[in-house]
Amino acid sequence: MLTDADLQALWLTVRLATTATLILLLIGTPLAWWLAHSRSGWKKPLAAIVALPLVLPPTVIGFYLLVVLGPHGPGGRLTEALGLGALPFTFWGLVVASVIYSLPFMVQPLQSAFEAIGEWPLEVAATLRASPLDRFFSVAVPLALPGFITAGILSFAHTVGEFGVVLMIGGNIPGVSRVASVQIYDYVEAAEYLNAHRLAAVMLIFSFLVLLAMYAWRPGVRKAA
Amino acid sequence: MAVAASAHAGEVQIAVAANFTAPAQQIAAEFERASGHKARLAFGATGRFYAQIKNGAPFEVFLSADEATPARLVAEGEAVAASRFTYAIGALALWSARADGVDAGGDILKRGHFKHLAIANPKTAPYGAAAIETLNRLKLLDAVRPKLVQGENIAQTQQFVSTGNADLGFVALSQVFRDGRLTSGSAWIAPDDLHTPLRQDAVMLMKGKDNAAAAAFMAYLKTPRARAIIGAFGYTNLDH
Repeated sequence: MLTDADLQALWLTVRLATTATLILLLIGTPLAWWLAHSRSGWKKPLAAIVALPLVLPPTVIGFYLLVVLGPHGPGGRLTEALGLGALPFTFWGLVVASVIYSLPFMVQPLQSAFEAIGEWPLEVAATLRASPLDRFFSVAVPLALPGFITAGILSFAHTVGEFGVVLMIGGNIPGVSRVASVQIYDYVEAAEYLNAHRLAAVMLIFSFLVLLAMYAWRPGVRKAA
Repeated sequence: MAVAASAHAGEVQIAVAANFTAPAQQIAAEFERASGHKARLAFGATGRFYAQIKNGAPFEVFLSADEATPARLVAEGEAVAASRFTYAIGALALWSARADGVDAGGDILKRGHFKHLAIANPKTAPYGAAAIETLNRLKLLDAVRPKLVQGENIAQTQQFVSTGNADLGFVALSQVFRDGRLTSGSAWIAPDDLHTPLRQDAVMLMKGKDNAAAAAFMAYLKTPRARAIIGAFGYTNLDH
């Protein structure tokens, strides 16, 4: 069935998607909260920036990351000064790329979920002397839980499906940047269609199951709301 | 404009191995001027083109980075046997974007003072396979393997080096060479005895066999003018 190289690529893909999703939860939650509640003039420009990866071709993101994160770019100079070295061709370089690439898939569902809660439950909690942090974790998070699940699944799945950016900044290193999508591309390029078919089928079934799980959740969301 | 030629003006779709991008563009421009035909070029890894041609890609002429792929296409009935000829013999260069990055003897490979060495995907790009062969002959493959990064084709490999993300890379000499000298950085040309000669064959594909423009392009590749362009990029010409 799958070769060791395939399993390595799949495991790497899972590690990358999990890491990126966890980091996105940390970054995306406050960002979505701010976007849901702010009346600042910066709200719309920031929302537009968050949505950019939806529109930009992966080649644009990959090209900028290669130049900016490379040793001659500002990002690369920063990471080298911090002793981290340049990020292209590393696992953490791919994590940074994935966080940028999947940002809207985390922020947008969360923002909608926070907006759907409205101000009222939070105001009630405030009259009961709940601190802002307490209000967030005891009121907002449970109410927005379906939003968190949707955002988490979408971010994870979108990172699994990432290809162009990884191809441009990954360097195709086994165990570091040769994720499943790149491995499949390699097989197709080399006309090794049997190998490509096996791994592609795994990806197809996985993607279907992820989406099925997400839609299976949806009716519950509507009833709860 | 070429009014007389326009009556017969045709179009030819050409798949070009990435290492031959720059000379092909120049040759195509002069071919268009001389013949009135239009040449449409696509660039990429030889292995990718093989897969595309096998799956019905509309290419009529194929300028490969090796001789094996055109031979295979001929054997499989995808290309015209009699049309195949070697249009260039390439050279493999260890290249750095920095002027002091590579010494004249290529000893940096042995010293190992670099973080990343870029090569083209050896499965699909003949220059990548030649790089692996060279490292193997130098008995350095195991030592440098952890530092290898792969470009999808030789153009991406050069881009990894030119952006500074990889300190060194095995590229095609033609990518960094013009009229007798390097265009930038520093390089060591891997001696021919370290890898199988990079004989690059051109072949007429079945889709082009009745296209006059395709035949004209194949003929133009053999003209002294085209051969001069090919030579200017550091390739060796063969006598036809």
